[in-house]
Amino acid sequence: MHWWLPPKASTFTGPIDGLFLAILIITGIAFVLVEVGLIWFVVKYRARPGRKAFYTHGNTRAEVIWTTIPAVTMVALGLISNHYWVQIKGRNSIPPNAYPIGVHAKQFEWQVTYPGADGKLGTADDFTVRNQLHVPVGRPILVQLSSEDVIHSFYVPQFRVRQDVVPGMDIKAWFQATVPGTYELGCSQLCGLGHYRMRAQVFVQTQEDYDAWMKQAAQEASQ
Amino acid sequence: MTSVAATAHGAHAHHDDRSFVRKYIFSTDHKIIGIQFLFVSLFFLLVGGLLAMQMRWQLGFPGKPMPGGGILPETMAPGGVILPEYYIQLVTMHGTFMIFFAIMPLLVGVFANFLIPLKIGTHDMAFPRINMWSFWTFFIGGLVMLSSLFVPDGAARAGWTMYAPLSARHDYSGASIGQELWSVSIIFVGLSSILGSLNYITTIINNRAPGMTWFRMPLSVWSLFITAILGLLALPVLSGAVIMLLFDQIIGTHFFDPGAGGQALLWQHLFWFFGHPEVYILILPAMGMVSDIISNGSRKPIFGYHSMVFAIVAIAFLGWIVWGHHMFVSGMNPTLGSSFMVSTLVIAVPSAVKTFNWMGTMWRGNLRFHVPMLHAVAFVAMFVIGGLSGIFMAATPVDMQIHDTYFIVAHLHYVLFGGSLFALFGAITYWYPKMFGRLMNEGWGKVHFWLTFIFYNCVFFPMHITGMAGEMRRLYDPNQYTFLQPLQPIRVFISISAFLLFATQLIFFVNFWWSLWKGKKAPQNPWEDNGLEWSLPSPAPHGNWERVPNVYRGPYEFSSPQVAEDYLPQYKKLPTDREPAAASAATH
Repeated sequence: MHWWLPPKASTFTGPIDGLFLAILIITGIAFVLVEVGLIWFVVKYRARPGRKAFYTHGNTRAEVIWTTIPAVTMVALGLISNHYWVQIKGRNSIPPNAYPIGVHAKQFEWQVTYPGADGKLGTADDFTVRNQLHVPVGRPILVQLSSEDVIHSFYVPQFRVRQDVVPGMDIKAWFQATVPGTYELGCSQLCGLGHYRMRAQVFVQTQEDYDAWMKQAAQEASQ
Repeated sequence: MTSVAATAHGAHAHHDDRSFVRKYIFSTDHKIIGIQFLFVSLFFLLVGGLLAMQMRWQLGFPGKPMPGGGILPETMAPGGVILPEYYIQLVTMHGTFMIFFAIMPLLVGVFANFLIPLKIGTHDMAFPRINMWSFWTFFIGGLVMLSSLFVPDGAARAGWTMYAPLSARHDYSGASIGQELWSVSIIFVGLSSILGSLNYITTIINNRAPGMTWFRMPLSVWSLFITAILGLLALPVLSGAVIMLLFDQIIGTHFFDPGAGGQALLWQHLFWFFGHPEVYILILPAMGMVSDIISNGSRKPIFGYHSMVFAIVAIAFLGWIVWGHHMFVSGMNPTLGSSFMVSTLVIAVPSAVKTFNWMGTMWRGNLRFHVPMLHAVAFVAMFVIGGLSGIFMAATPVDMQIHDTYFIVAHLHYVLFGGSLFALFGAITYWYPKMFGRLMNEGWGKVHFWLTFIFYNCVFFPMHITGMAGEMRRLYDPNQYTFLQPLQPIRVFISISAFLLFATQLIFFVNFWWSLWKGKKAPQNPWEDNGLEWSLPSPAPHGNWERVPNVYRGPYEFSSPQVAEDYLPQYKKLPTDREPAAASAATH
């Protein structure tokens, strides 16, 4: 059984998991303060005969304090989050040397187009494989997303990468896998009755393994 | 209803010679309309719950025949085994019924109608006939939505958020009449909300009793007022969007179909521009009523009344500029994501202020744990969890991982069930005597509260964990994914807890109906509260007061040193009080 975020297998896991942990600590402190306070008040101030409540309408100083602390914390959190957001999703976040792969989503499958030997999409040596995403490890991958019909969402939990695939839009996403192995790509946007089985295998391979696989797959595709 | 009839005759504020139909069916009395909303939306709450139970069966025991599922037709569950196309109908209709036909009408339809005139001191709403139509358009919308469950190709299937183009084209969703009936129904519900909101705003601005200044209004009325403004501005956007969707569905327009030049994201912008104010429509009235109940239960004035009002206004204002936080990974420009993230995080501030002020109210109080107070304290405890988990998804990079997972499902249920529904159980118990002249059973109320509190947490807390592990929402069978298979024991635990949670709600329903006839007769002011409604007999008579009371102070004067008892009603004149200046002008 798994009680934490999925295993880490991309460069995004560092900032995202770190931010998650930071928020967990901040909200954890607030959570404990409020719940312990509530329980303490419930026990301590329960009605007893002859007692009368303390008559007060508030305390400006206390209210200023408990308005300012959350405000400062939230703005700081926003700035830190934005720093990483720009690195992950910002307009210029995609590394220029990223290796392009086309992913076309349709009810209910993923069609993955590889650039072939020339490393470029949109050329004659491209080839397409259903429901199998092979990527070389340690290299930025540019995923060019398109949809045939409805909105789908490209999600690999171990990479912490998610991007909706919207019909009529060409959307680019990127990631860099760090650990060779087999993972799953899932659709995370309700796309119809087969949504639950719109799933592909992800293979993170060393560059040599990837090159060997591509050679063979290109051959099979051309037959 | 008979006890209502009998006791309403007993009271005689106005000579009441209306026929049965005018009195109880096409009634223009705000209290009867509130009670009509109550009965109908409690029924839809039950429907929404039954749909959720079927989802939980499939998730806990995928592919096994559901007990009693044999009565469902072959197209939904052959042999009682739920089909994928039926499962996504369950997902869609559970959300739709709970949001549009249970929580929203329970909070606004019931309590705005019932409480506003009683709490501000007036005979009825400003536009009683519009008010009647607000109920009947809601009722028609409800019937249309209910009927869509029985049409040949089944109910709507695109999730309660109806993302286009899945919702817009029949060949994508596999449903035609069901999708169209969904749109028609929502148009009726939108109309109902617009009519209601118009009325609540007008009534609060114009019909307050003499001496009921803005800052003497109870926080329940403040929150219902702000909610009505949100409703009046947000629902037309939804109605417009749904009319466009309906055109796409039936007359071949292509607003949301990119294949023919439409824009898929347009729907999301329109929907969430309505949808996020809607989230606050679903929580602000609960916050207001909880404030009334906590002050009463603590026998203390509300802590920081003015900042509570400003927090409501701030939440409502910020609610208009955060809709994009539903769309961080939708393909929207990521720079917009940055600004929506900041506005979303800032909304945590007024929410925190409210939470600390509720705690400040309880601090050094003399806490009476009647059933409404138990629910109100649970509201604070649970709303905090729902509010804090919201910070995770507000942070855009973290949202990449948890968006559209069970983490979101946990978050929204902590706010809507742990927040709104707990507040509603408290509020229904609290104002029940003023509606029906009888009290609900206290002992069974406590049993219902504790069991609900326990099972509710067993259902929704583990969803945070499955969500973190990456379990996507709206999956018919998560075991299709290897990495989600080890989570099956958690899903079984959640499902069993959900069945127990549902069974516990039957205690509430039985208590509700049983108390209508057999409950203890309610005194005029059973909770020793300060609001104007408690100056009336229980149940409150038609037309409320013959002459509306004058108001001498704010609504939360508990444990005031001026009097020996620990409450001081707004309508009670002390020798030192002066008559309000507007006394003659405002009565009509």
